[in-house]
Amino acid sequence: MDFSFYFDLPLWIRLTLQGLAVILVLFPIAAACSMAERKISAWIQGRPGPNRTIPPLLAWVPGIWILQKLGVFQLAADGGKFVFKEDPVPGGVNKFYFIAAPILAMIPALSTVTVVPFGAYLDSAGKLVPIVLANVDIGLLAVFAVSSLGVYAVILAGWASNSKYPFLGGVRASAQLISYELSMTLSVLPVFLWINAPGGQGTLSLFDVVQFQSQPGFWGGAWFVFTMPLSAFIFLVALFAETNRQPFDMPESESDLVGGFHTEYGAFKWSLFFVAEYCHMIVGSAVFILLFFGGWNPLPWVTLTDSVNALAGVLPFAAHPLFMGALGIAIFLGKILFSIFFFMWVRWTLPRFRYDQVMNIGWKKLLPLSIANLIAYTLGIALLHK
Amino acid sequence: MAVIQVERKPLSLAERTYIPQIIGGLKTTLKHFFQPTVTLQYPEQRPEISKNYRGVPTLVKDPNGREKCVSCQLCEFVCPPKAIRITPGEIPADSPHAHVEKAPQAFDIDMLRCIYCGLCQEVCPEEAIWLQNQFSMTGTSRAEMVNNKARLYELGGTLPDQHFKWDKKKAAEEHGNAH
Repeated sequence: MDFSFYFDLPLWIRLTLQGLAVILVLFPIAAACSMAERKISAWIQGRPGPNRTIPPLLAWVPGIWILQKLGVFQLAADGGKFVFKEDPVPGGVNKFYFIAAPILAMIPALSTVTVVPFGAYLDSAGKLVPIVLANVDIGLLAVFAVSSLGVYAVILAGWASNSKYPFLGGVRASAQLISYELSMTLSVLPVFLWINAPGGQGTLSLFDVVQFQSQPGFWGGAWFVFTMPLSAFIFLVALFAETNRQPFDMPESESDLVGGFHTEYGAFKWSLFFVAEYCHMIVGSAVFILLFFGGWNPLPWVTLTDSVNALAGVLPFAAHPLFMGALGIAIFLGKILFSIFFFMWVRWTLPRFRYDQVMNIGWKKLLPLSIANLIAYTLGIALLHK
Repeated sequence: MAVIQVERKPLSLAERTYIPQIIGGLKTTLKHFFQPTVTLQYPEQRPEISKNYRGVPTLVKDPNGREKCVSCQLCEFVCPPKAIRITPGEIPADSPHAHVEKAPQAFDIDMLRCIYCGLCQEVCPEEAIWLQNQFSMTGTSRAEMVNNKARLYELGGTLPDQHFKWDKKKAAEEHGNAH
Protein backbone atom coordinates (compact mmCIF):
# COMPACT_ATOMS: atom_id res chain seq x y z
CA MET A 1 0.00 0.00 0.00
CA ASP A 2 1.16 3.46 -0.78
CA PHE A 3 0.36 6.33 1.53
CA SER A 4 2.48 8.97 -0.20
CA PHE A 5 -0.66 10.90 -1.20
CA TYR A 6 -1.30 11.37 2.52
CA PHE A 7 2.20 12.58 3.26
CA ASP A 8 1.95 14.97 0.29
CA LEU A 9 -0.91 16.84 1.97
CA PRO A 10 -0.06 20.16 3.61
CA LEU A 11 1.04 19.73 7.21
CA TRP A 12 -1.89 21.59 8.74
CA ILE A 13 -4.43 19.39 6.97
CA ARG A 14 -2.60 16.28 8.13
CA LEU A 15 -2.44 17.50 11.71
CA THR A 16 -6.12 18.45 11.66
CA LEU A 17 -7.05 15.03 10.33
CA GLN A 18 -4.87 13.29 12.89
CA GLY A 19 -6.26 15.39 15.73
CA LEU A 20 -9.82 14.70 14.63
CA ALA A 21 -9.07 11.00 14.39
CA VAL A 22 -7.71 10.95 17.93
CA ILE A 23 -10.68 12.89 19.30
CA LEU A 24 -13.08 10.64 17.40
CA VAL A 25 -11.54 7.67 19.19
CA LEU A 26 -11.07 9.29 22.57
CA PHE A 27 -14.54 10.80 22.88
CA PRO A 28 -16.54 7.60 22.24
CA ILE A 29 -14.26 5.65 24.57
CA ALA A 30 -14.85 8.26 27.25
CA ALA A 31 -18.59 7.99 26.64
CA ALA A 32 -18.48 4.19 26.63
CA CYS A 33 -16.67 4.37 29.96
CA SER A 34 -19.83 5.75 31.52
CA MET A 35 -21.69 2.60 30.48
CA ALA A 36 -18.75 0.45 31.59
CA GLU A 37 -18.94 2.18 34.95
CA ARG A 38 -22.63 1.31 35.30
CA LYS A 39 -22.15 -2.27 34.17
CA ILE A 40 -19.11 -2.88 36.37
CA SER A 41 -20.84 -1.41 39.38
CA ALA A 42 -23.84 -3.63 38.64
CA TRP A 43 -21.80 -6.81 38.27
CA ILE A 44 -19.85 -6.11 41.43
CA GLN A 45 -23.13 -5.58 43.29
CA GLY A 46 -24.78 -8.71 41.86
CA ARG A 47 -27.11 -6.87 39.48
CA PRO A 48 -27.37 -7.18 35.70
CA GLY A 49 -27.19 -3.43 35.05
CA PRO A 50 -28.94 -1.63 32.19
CA ASN A 51 -29.97 -4.38 29.75
CA ARG A 52 -33.37 -3.39 28.35
CA THR A 53 -33.04 -0.55 25.89
CA ILE A 54 -33.19 -1.42 22.20
CA PRO A 55 -34.60 0.56 19.28
CA PRO A 56 -37.60 -1.45 17.98
CA LEU A 57 -36.23 -1.06 14.46
CA LEU A 58 -33.14 -3.07 15.33
CA ALA A 59 -34.73 -5.70 17.54
CA TRP A 60 -35.08 -8.20 14.67
CA VAL A 61 -31.31 -8.36 13.99
CA PRO A 62 -30.08 -11.79 15.17
CA GLY A 63 -27.50 -11.66 17.91
CA ILE A 64 -28.19 -8.04 18.71
CA TRP A 65 -29.39 -9.03 22.15
CA ILE A 66 -25.72 -9.19 23.16
CA LEU A 67 -25.41 -5.44 22.56
CA GLN A 68 -28.75 -4.96 24.30
CA LYS A 69 -27.58 -6.88 27.36
CA LEU A 70 -24.37 -4.84 27.39
CA GLY A 71 -26.39 -1.63 27.49
CA VAL A 72 -25.00 -0.20 24.25
CA PHE A 73 -28.34 1.31 23.27
CA GLN A 74 -28.86 2.64 26.76
CA LEU A 75 -25.62 4.55 26.25
CA ALA A 76 -26.93 6.00 22.98
CA ALA A 77 -30.23 6.89 24.63
CA ASP A 78 -28.46 8.62 27.51
CA GLY A 79 -26.25 10.54 25.11
CA GLY A 80 -29.26 11.57 23.04
CA LYS A 81 -31.08 12.69 26.14
CA PHE A 82 -28.24 15.01 27.11
CA VAL A 83 -28.28 16.62 23.69
CA PHE A 84 -32.02 17.16 23.45
CA LYS A 85 -33.18 17.93 26.97
CA GLU A 86 -33.65 21.47 28.21
CA ASP A 87 -30.44 23.08 29.37
CA PRO A 88 -31.43 25.46 32.15
CA VAL A 89 -29.21 28.23 33.44
CA PRO A 90 -30.27 28.98 37.02
CA GLY A 91 -30.95 32.58 38.03
CA GLY A 92 -28.18 34.31 39.98
CA VAL A 93 -25.28 32.53 38.33
CA ASN A 94 -22.47 34.33 36.62
CA LYS A 95 -23.52 33.41 33.12
CA PHE A 96 -20.20 33.86 31.35
CA TYR A 97 -18.19 31.69 33.72
CA PHE A 98 -21.07 29.27 34.20
CA ILE A 99 -21.04 28.50 30.50
CA ALA A 100 -17.26 28.76 30.16
CA ALA A 101 -16.56 26.20 32.92
CA PRO A 102 -17.67 23.01 31.10
CA ILE A 103 -15.85 24.15 27.97
CA LEU A 104 -12.73 24.77 30.04
CA ALA A 105 -13.12 21.28 31.46
CA MET A 106 -13.11 19.72 28.00
CA ILE A 107 -10.20 21.71 26.53
CA PRO A 108 -7.38 20.42 28.78
CA ALA A 109 -8.91 16.97 28.88
CA LEU A 110 -8.75 16.68 25.10
CA SER A 111 -5.57 18.65 24.48
CA THR A 112 -3.26 16.68 26.79
CA VAL A 113 -3.63 13.79 24.40
CA THR A 114 -1.53 15.63 21.79
CA VAL A 115 1.77 14.70 23.45
CA VAL A 116 0.80 11.16 24.39
CA PRO A 117 2.21 8.55 21.97
CA PHE A 118 -0.06 5.57 21.31
CA GLY A 119 2.25 3.27 19.44
CA ALA A 120 5.22 3.04 17.13
CA TYR A 121 6.17 1.58 13.78
CA LEU A 122 9.39 0.88 11.94
CA ASP A 123 9.78 3.05 8.87
CA SER A 124 11.53 1.91 5.69
CA ALA A 125 14.88 2.93 7.12
CA GLY A 126 14.34 0.60 10.10
CA LYS A 127 13.94 3.50 12.52
CA LEU A 128 11.23 3.35 15.19
CA VAL A 129 8.75 6.21 14.65
CA PRO A 130 6.25 7.12 17.35
CA ILE A 131 2.55 7.46 16.51
CA VAL A 132 1.80 10.72 18.27
CA LEU A 133 0.20 14.04 17.41
CA ALA A 134 3.19 16.07 18.60
CA ASN A 135 6.39 14.29 19.57
CA VAL A 136 7.82 17.15 21.57
CA ASP A 137 10.68 16.99 24.01
CA ILE A 138 8.74 18.57 26.85
CA GLY A 139 6.25 15.64 26.69
CA LEU A 140 5.39 14.92 30.28
CA LEU A 141 5.77 18.56 31.34
CA ALA A 142 3.15 19.50 28.77
CA VAL A 143 0.77 16.87 30.14
CA PHE A 144 1.20 18.14 33.69
CA ALA A 145 0.93 21.79 32.67
CA VAL A 146 -2.19 21.39 30.57
CA SER A 147 -4.01 18.84 32.69
CA SER A 148 -3.61 20.97 35.80
CA LEU A 149 -5.57 23.67 33.97
CA GLY A 150 -8.54 21.39 34.47
CA VAL A 151 -8.78 22.63 38.03
CA TYR A 152 -9.92 26.02 36.69
CA ALA A 153 -13.04 24.41 35.30
CA VAL A 154 -13.92 22.99 38.69
CA ILE A 155 -13.22 26.24 40.54
CA LEU A 156 -15.08 28.34 37.99
CA ALA A 157 -18.05 26.00 37.94
CA GLY A 158 -18.20 26.03 41.73
CA TRP A 159 -17.85 29.77 42.00
CA ALA A 160 -20.07 30.78 39.09
CA SER A 161 -22.94 28.58 40.31
CA ASN A 162 -23.55 31.07 43.14
CA SER A 163 -24.65 28.31 45.47
CA LYS A 164 -22.97 26.98 48.59
CA TYR A 165 -22.62 23.29 47.74
CA PRO A 166 -20.93 23.86 44.37
CA PHE A 167 -18.75 26.48 46.05
CA LEU A 168 -17.62 24.05 48.76
CA GLY A 169 -17.06 21.39 46.10
CA GLY A 170 -14.94 23.76 44.04
CA VAL A 171 -12.84 24.80 47.04
CA ARG A 172 -12.27 21.21 48.10
CA ALA A 173 -11.42 20.14 44.58
CA SER A 174 -8.88 22.87 44.05
CA ALA A 175 -7.19 22.13 47.39
CA GLN A 176 -7.07 18.45 46.58
CA LEU A 177 -5.82 18.80 43.01
CA ILE A 178 -3.05 21.19 44.04
CA SER A 179 -1.95 18.97 46.96
CA TYR A 180 -1.65 15.80 44.94
CA GLU A 181 0.04 17.43 41.96
CA LEU A 182 3.17 17.89 44.08
CA SER A 183 3.51 14.22 44.93
CA MET A 184 2.67 13.26 41.37
CA THR A 185 5.38 15.42 39.87
CA LEU A 186 7.96 14.35 42.45
CA SER A 187 7.19 10.69 41.92
CA VAL A 188 8.08 10.74 38.22
CA LEU A 189 11.36 12.65 38.68
CA PRO A 190 13.38 9.45 39.41
CA VAL A 191 12.21 8.03 36.09
CA PHE A 192 13.61 10.98 34.19
CA LEU A 193 16.75 11.13 36.31
CA TRP A 194 17.32 7.52 35.32
CA ILE A 195 16.71 8.16 31.62
CA ASN A 196 18.66 11.38 31.32
CA ALA A 197 22.03 9.92 32.20
CA PRO A 198 24.83 12.49 32.30
CA GLY A 199 26.34 13.13 28.90
CA GLY A 200 23.24 12.06 26.97
CA GLN A 201 20.66 14.31 25.39
CA GLY A 202 18.13 15.50 27.95
CA THR A 203 14.49 14.71 27.25
CA LEU A 204 11.08 14.61 28.91
CA SER A 205 9.47 12.91 25.93
CA LEU A 206 7.13 10.05 26.77
CA PHE A 207 8.26 8.18 23.67
CA ASP A 208 11.81 8.11 24.99
CA VAL A 209 10.54 6.70 28.29
CA VAL A 210 9.02 3.75 26.44
CA GLN A 211 12.16 3.37 24.33
CA PHE A 212 14.19 3.22 27.53
CA GLN A 213 11.99 0.36 28.74
CA SER A 214 12.43 -1.49 25.44
CA GLN A 215 16.17 -2.00 25.59
CA PRO A 216 17.75 -5.43 25.42
CA GLY A 217 19.01 -7.11 28.57
CA PHE A 218 17.52 -7.73 31.98
CA TRP A 219 17.73 -4.15 33.24
CA GLY A 220 17.00 -2.64 29.84
CA GLY A 221 13.73 -4.50 29.33
CA ALA A 222 12.44 -4.10 32.86
CA TRP A 223 9.44 -1.81 33.12
CA PHE A 224 9.82 1.03 35.58
CA VAL A 225 7.16 -0.48 37.80
CA PHE A 226 9.70 -3.18 38.69
CA THR A 227 12.65 -0.86 39.19
CA MET A 228 10.66 1.95 40.84
CA PRO A 229 7.60 0.40 42.49
CA LEU A 230 7.25 3.16 45.06
CA SER A 231 7.22 5.84 42.36
CA ALA A 232 4.57 3.90 40.47
CA PHE A 233 2.47 3.55 43.61
CA ILE A 234 2.67 7.24 44.49
CA PHE A 235 1.89 8.18 40.91
CA LEU A 236 -1.13 5.88 40.89
CA VAL A 237 -2.52 7.24 44.14
CA ALA A 238 -1.99 10.80 42.98
CA LEU A 239 -3.62 9.90 39.67
CA PHE A 240 -6.72 8.72 41.52
CA ALA A 241 -6.80 12.05 43.32
CA GLU A 242 -6.10 14.11 40.20
CA THR A 243 -8.89 12.46 38.24
CA ASN A 244 -11.31 12.93 41.15
CA ARG A 245 -11.98 9.24 41.44
CA GLN A 246 -12.95 7.35 44.53
CA PRO A 247 -11.61 7.17 47.19
CA PHE A 248 -10.68 10.84 46.58
CA ASP A 249 -13.97 12.02 45.12
CA MET A 250 -13.83 15.39 46.92
CA PRO A 251 -15.36 17.70 44.31
CA GLU A 252 -18.52 15.65 44.02
CA SER A 253 -18.90 14.10 47.48
CA GLU A 254 -22.49 13.14 46.72
CA SER A 255 -23.22 12.29 50.34
CA ASP A 256 -22.43 15.71 51.76
CA LEU A 257 -22.31 18.16 48.85
CA VAL A 258 -25.26 17.02 46.68
CA GLY A 259 -23.30 16.98 43.41
CA GLY A 260 -20.37 19.22 44.32
CA PHE A 261 -19.22 21.65 41.68
CA HIS A 262 -21.77 20.49 39.08
CA THR A 263 -24.85 20.60 41.32
CA GLU A 264 -26.36 23.44 39.30
CA TYR A 265 -25.48 21.95 35.92
CA GLY A 266 -27.73 19.88 33.75
CA ALA A 267 -28.10 18.45 30.28
CA PHE A 268 -25.27 18.98 27.81
CA LYS A 269 -23.10 21.14 30.07
CA TRP A 270 -23.18 18.47 32.75
CA SER A 271 -22.31 15.76 30.25
CA LEU A 272 -19.27 17.79 29.20
CA PHE A 273 -17.96 17.62 32.78
CA PHE A 274 -18.74 13.94 32.79
CA VAL A 275 -16.88 13.17 29.58
CA ALA A 276 -13.99 15.42 30.63
CA GLU A 277 -13.59 13.35 33.78
CA TYR A 278 -13.34 10.17 31.74
CA CYS A 279 -10.97 11.80 29.24
CA HIS A 280 -8.74 12.74 32.17
CA MET A 281 -8.87 9.15 33.32
CA ILE A 282 -7.94 7.84 29.89
CA VAL A 283 -5.06 10.26 29.39
CA GLY A 284 -3.91 9.78 32.99
CA SER A 285 -3.87 6.01 32.61
CA ALA A 286 -2.08 6.40 29.28
CA VAL A 287 0.67 8.44 30.92
CA PHE A 288 0.86 5.98 33.81
CA ILE A 289 1.24 3.07 31.40
CA LEU A 290 3.84 4.89 29.30
CA LEU A 291 5.89 5.75 32.36
CA PHE A 292 5.69 2.55 34.38
CA PHE A 293 4.14 -0.23 32.31
CA GLY A 294 6.17 -0.16 29.13
CA GLY A 295 3.69 1.63 26.86
CA TRP A 296 2.87 -0.51 23.83
CA ASN A 297 5.29 -3.33 24.66
CA PRO A 298 3.20 -6.45 25.13
CA LEU A 299 5.09 -7.93 28.08
CA PRO A 300 8.03 -6.95 30.23
CA TRP A 301 11.29 -7.87 28.43
CA VAL A 302 9.27 -8.47 25.23
CA THR A 303 9.27 -5.38 23.04
CA LEU A 304 6.83 -4.56 20.28
CA THR A 305 9.64 -4.60 17.70
CA ASP A 306 10.78 -8.07 18.77
CA SER A 307 7.27 -9.50 18.77
CA VAL A 308 6.49 -8.03 15.35
CA ASN A 309 9.76 -9.41 13.96
CA ALA A 310 8.90 -12.82 15.40
CA LEU A 311 5.38 -12.62 13.94
CA ALA A 312 6.74 -11.54 10.53
CA GLY A 313 8.54 -14.89 10.32
CA VAL A 314 5.14 -16.63 10.40
CA LEU A 315 2.83 -14.06 8.84
CA PRO A 316 4.37 -12.02 6.03
CA PHE A 317 1.98 -9.08 6.34
CA ALA A 318 3.07 -8.54 9.96
CA ALA A 319 6.19 -6.80 8.68
CA HIS A 320 4.08 -3.99 7.26
CA PRO A 321 4.39 -0.76 9.27
CA LEU A 322 0.60 -0.45 9.30
CA PHE A 323 0.27 -3.78 11.10
CA MET A 324 2.92 -2.85 13.63
CA GLY A 325 1.27 0.49 14.28
CA ALA A 326 -2.15 -1.09 14.69
CA LEU A 327 -0.79 -3.81 16.97
CA GLY A 328 1.01 -1.24 19.12
CA ILE A 329 -2.12 0.89 19.44
CA ALA A 330 -4.22 -2.19 20.25
CA ILE A 331 -1.86 -3.31 23.00
CA PHE A 332 -1.68 0.20 24.39
CA LEU A 333 -5.47 0.60 24.31
CA GLY A 334 -5.89 -2.77 25.99
CA LYS A 335 -3.63 -1.67 28.81
CA ILE A 336 -5.55 1.61 29.12
CA LEU A 337 -8.88 -0.20 29.26
CA PHE A 338 -7.59 -2.51 31.95
CA SER A 339 -6.35 0.49 33.89
CA ILE A 340 -9.79 2.11 33.58
CA PHE A 341 -11.35 -1.12 34.77
CA PHE A 342 -9.04 -0.91 37.76
CA PHE A 343 -10.21 2.65 38.43
CA MET A 344 -13.82 1.46 38.42
CA TRP A 345 -13.04 -1.64 40.43
CA VAL A 346 -11.50 0.53 43.12
CA ARG A 347 -14.42 2.96 42.99
CA TRP A 348 -16.96 0.22 43.73
CA THR A 349 -14.80 -1.24 46.48
CA LEU A 350 -13.69 1.65 48.63
CA PRO A 351 -15.64 4.28 50.54
CA ARG A 352 -14.64 7.91 50.16
CA PHE A 353 -12.00 9.41 52.40
CA ARG A 354 -13.05 12.27 54.65
CA TYR A 355 -11.75 15.68 53.58
CA ASP A 356 -9.22 15.91 56.43
CA GLN A 357 -8.02 12.39 55.64
CA VAL A 358 -7.46 13.39 52.04
CA MET A 359 -5.37 16.36 53.13
CA ASN A 360 -3.45 14.24 55.68
CA ILE A 361 -2.64 11.57 53.14
CA GLY A 362 -1.61 14.15 50.57
CA TRP A 363 0.59 16.38 52.69
CA LYS A 364 1.74 14.20 55.58
CA LYS A 365 2.14 10.83 53.89
CA LEU A 366 2.49 10.99 50.12
CA LEU A 367 4.56 14.16 49.88
CA PRO A 368 7.27 13.10 52.40
CA LEU A 369 7.23 9.65 50.86
CA SER A 370 7.76 10.99 47.36
CA ILE A 371 10.55 13.31 48.55
CA ALA A 372 12.28 10.41 50.32
CA ASN A 373 11.81 8.30 47.20
CA LEU A 374 13.35 11.04 45.07
CA ILE A 375 16.35 11.42 47.38
CA ALA A 376 16.92 7.66 47.56
CA TYR A 377 16.81 7.25 43.79
CA THR A 378 18.95 10.35 43.22
CA LEU A 379 21.66 8.90 45.46
CA GLY A 380 21.29 5.48 43.88
CA ILE A 381 21.53 6.82 40.35
CA ALA A 382 24.47 9.04 41.27
CA LEU A 383 26.31 6.01 42.69
CA LEU A 384 25.46 3.88 39.64
CA HIS A 385 26.77 6.42 37.18
CA LYS A 386 29.94 7.13 39.12
CA MET B 1 -25.45 -3.23 83.75
CA ALA B 2 -21.87 -4.22 83.51
CA VAL B 3 -19.68 -1.81 81.63
CA ILE B 4 -17.12 -3.56 79.49
CA GLN B 5 -14.13 -1.46 78.62
CA VAL B 6 -12.93 -2.48 75.21
CA GLU B 7 -9.31 -1.66 74.70
CA ARG B 8 -8.75 -0.14 71.31
CA LYS B 9 -5.52 -1.42 69.92
CA PRO B 10 -3.37 1.04 67.99
CA LEU B 11 -3.31 0.33 64.27
CA SER B 12 -0.26 -1.42 62.93
CA LEU B 13 1.84 0.17 60.21
CA ALA B 14 0.29 -2.05 57.53
CA GLU B 15 -3.19 -1.09 58.68
CA ARG B 16 -2.34 2.58 58.64
CA THR B 17 -1.31 2.41 55.00
CA TYR B 18 -4.79 0.97 54.23
CA ILE B 19 -3.17 -1.28 51.65
CA PRO B 20 -3.94 -4.76 53.10
CA GLN B 21 -7.56 -3.71 53.63
CA ILE B 22 -7.81 -2.27 50.13
CA ILE B 23 -6.44 -5.47 48.61
CA GLY B 24 -8.86 -7.52 50.70
CA GLY B 25 -11.74 -5.36 49.53
CA LEU B 26 -10.67 -5.62 45.90
CA LYS B 27 -10.59 -9.42 46.23
CA THR B 28 -14.12 -9.44 47.63
CA THR B 29 -15.53 -7.23 44.90
CA LEU B 30 -13.73 -9.22 42.19
CA LYS B 31 -15.30 -12.40 43.56
CA HIS B 32 -18.73 -10.79 43.35
CA PHE B 33 -17.91 -9.49 39.86
CA PHE B 34 -17.82 -13.06 38.52
CA GLN B 35 -20.74 -14.37 40.51
CA PRO B 36 -24.18 -14.62 38.89
CA THR B 37 -26.62 -11.84 39.57
CA VAL B 38 -28.98 -12.16 42.50
CA THR B 39 -31.77 -10.01 41.10
CA LEU B 40 -35.00 -10.93 39.31
CA GLN B 41 -35.91 -9.55 35.88
CA TYR B 42 -39.10 -8.24 37.42
CA PRO B 43 -41.99 -8.09 35.01
CA GLU B 44 -41.01 -11.42 33.42
CA GLN B 45 -39.76 -13.12 36.56
CA ARG B 46 -41.99 -12.76 39.58
CA PRO B 47 -40.87 -13.24 43.14
CA GLU B 48 -42.35 -16.14 45.06
CA ILE B 49 -45.03 -14.77 47.37
CA SER B 50 -45.59 -16.49 50.68
CA LYS B 51 -48.97 -18.15 51.22
CA ASN B 52 -49.98 -15.88 54.07
CA TYR B 53 -49.17 -12.70 52.18
CA ARG B 54 -51.93 -10.12 52.44
CA GLY B 55 -52.24 -8.36 49.12
CA VAL B 56 -55.26 -7.22 47.16
CA PRO B 57 -58.60 -8.32 48.72
CA THR B 58 -60.45 -10.81 46.53
CA LEU B 59 -63.66 -12.82 46.59
CA VAL B 60 -63.48 -16.63 46.55
CA LYS B 61 -65.83 -19.41 45.52
CA ASP B 62 -66.35 -22.68 47.31
CA PRO B 63 -65.22 -26.01 45.78
CA ASN B 64 -68.62 -26.33 44.04
CA GLY B 65 -68.06 -23.06 42.20
CA ARG B 66 -70.69 -21.19 44.18
CA GLU B 67 -69.91 -17.77 45.44
CA LYS B 68 -69.40 -17.80 49.16
CA CYS B 69 -70.38 -14.19 49.73
CA VAL B 70 -73.93 -13.80 51.07
CA SER B 71 -73.86 -10.00 50.87
CA CYS B 72 -74.24 -9.48 54.60
CA GLN B 73 -72.36 -6.19 54.12
CA LEU B 74 -70.30 -6.60 57.30
CA CYS B 75 -67.11 -5.91 55.34
CA GLU B 76 -68.63 -2.79 53.84
CA PHE B 77 -69.55 -1.69 57.34
CA VAL B 78 -66.18 -2.43 58.92
CA CYS B 79 -64.03 -1.10 56.07
CA PRO B 80 -62.13 1.87 57.61
CA PRO B 81 -61.56 3.81 54.37
CA LYS B 82 -64.99 2.88 52.98
CA ALA B 83 -63.48 1.19 49.96
CA ILE B 84 -66.12 -1.54 49.66
CA ARG B 85 -69.53 -0.96 48.08
CA ILE B 86 -72.01 -3.86 47.97
CA THR B 87 -75.41 -4.02 46.29
CA PRO B 88 -77.17 -7.01 47.89
CA GLY B 89 -79.57 -9.12 45.91
CA GLU B 90 -81.48 -12.37 45.79
CA ILE B 91 -80.24 -15.34 43.80
CA PRO B 92 -82.75 -16.02 41.01
CA ALA B 93 -84.83 -19.13 41.69
CA ASP B 94 -83.86 -20.76 38.39
CA SER B 95 -80.13 -20.44 39.02
CA PRO B 96 -78.32 -23.76 39.57
CA HIS B 97 -76.88 -22.16 42.67
CA ALA B 98 -80.22 -20.89 43.88
CA HIS B 99 -80.65 -21.23 47.57
CA VAL B 100 -81.86 -19.68 50.77
CA GLU B 101 -78.89 -17.36 50.93
CA LYS B 102 -78.44 -14.07 49.11
CA ALA B 103 -75.59 -13.06 46.87
CA PRO B 104 -74.19 -9.65 45.95
CA GLN B 105 -75.53 -8.12 42.77
CA ALA B 106 -72.56 -5.85 42.63
CA PHE B 107 -69.40 -5.86 44.71
CA ASP B 108 -66.91 -3.05 44.14
CA ILE B 109 -63.64 -2.55 46.00
CA ASP B 110 -62.00 0.77 45.21
CA MET B 111 -58.29 -0.05 45.33
CA LEU B 112 -57.43 3.64 45.44
CA ARG B 113 -59.07 3.74 48.87
CA CYS B 114 -58.15 0.29 50.17
CA ILE B 115 -55.48 0.30 52.86
CA TYR B 116 -54.91 -3.48 52.87
CA CYS B 117 -55.80 -3.62 56.58
CA GLY B 118 -57.49 -7.02 56.26
CA LEU B 119 -60.45 -6.14 58.49
CA CYS B 120 -62.87 -7.31 55.76
CA GLN B 121 -61.29 -10.74 55.79
CA GLU B 122 -61.32 -10.81 59.56
CA VAL B 123 -64.97 -9.82 59.88
CA CYS B 124 -66.36 -12.02 57.08
CA PRO B 125 -68.55 -14.79 58.62
CA GLU B 126 -68.49 -16.79 55.37
CA GLU B 127 -64.72 -16.70 54.68
CA ALA B 128 -65.65 -15.20 51.35
CA ILE B 129 -63.24 -12.30 51.15
CA TRP B 130 -59.52 -12.99 51.28
CA LEU B 131 -56.41 -10.88 51.01
CA GLN B 132 -54.29 -12.92 48.66
CA ASN B 133 -50.90 -12.86 46.96
CA GLN B 134 -51.74 -10.26 44.31
CA PHE B 135 -49.20 -7.52 45.13
CA SER B 136 -49.13 -5.18 42.14
CA MET B 137 -52.31 -3.32 41.25
CA THR B 138 -51.89 -0.85 38.44
CA GLY B 139 -54.23 1.05 36.20
CA THR B 140 -54.24 4.06 33.96
CA SER B 141 -57.48 5.61 35.24
CA ARG B 142 -59.50 5.83 38.46
CA ALA B 143 -62.19 3.60 36.98
CA GLU B 144 -59.62 0.91 36.24
CA MET B 145 -58.57 0.84 39.87
CA VAL B 146 -62.04 -0.23 41.04
CA ASN B 147 -62.30 -4.00 41.16
CA ASN B 148 -65.82 -5.11 40.28
CA LYS B 149 -67.40 -8.43 41.18
CA ALA B 150 -66.22 -10.29 38.08
CA ARG B 151 -62.66 -9.08 38.57
CA LEU B 152 -62.72 -9.95 42.27
CA TYR B 153 -63.77 -13.53 41.53
CA GLU B 154 -61.20 -13.77 38.76
CA LEU B 155 -58.47 -12.71 41.18
CA GLY B 156 -59.83 -14.81 44.04
CA GLY B 157 -60.41 -18.19 42.45
CA THR B 158 -61.63 -21.09 44.53
CA LEU B 159 -61.03 -21.69 48.21
CA PRO B 160 -60.54 -25.46 48.64
CA ASP B 161 -62.28 -25.60 52.02
CA GLN B 162 -64.00 -28.76 53.25
CA HIS B 163 -67.06 -27.15 54.86
CA PHE B 164 -69.47 -27.72 51.96
CA LYS B 165 -71.79 -25.53 53.93
CA TRP B 166 -74.22 -24.92 51.10
CA ASP B 167 -74.46 -28.61 50.22
CA LYS B 168 -75.40 -29.38 53.78
CA LYS B 169 -77.93 -26.56 53.86
CA LYS B 170 -79.46 -27.62 50.57
CA ALA B 171 -79.73 -31.22 51.74
CA ALA B 172 -81.32 -30.05 54.95
CA GLU B 173 -83.79 -27.88 53.03
CA GLU B 174 -84.73 -30.73 50.70
CA HIS B 175 -85.52 -32.79 53.78
CA GLY B 176 -87.83 -30.01 54.92
CA ASN B 177 -85.54 -28.83 57.67
CA ALA B 178 -84.40 -25.39 56.68
CA HIS B 179 -82.24 -24.65 59.71
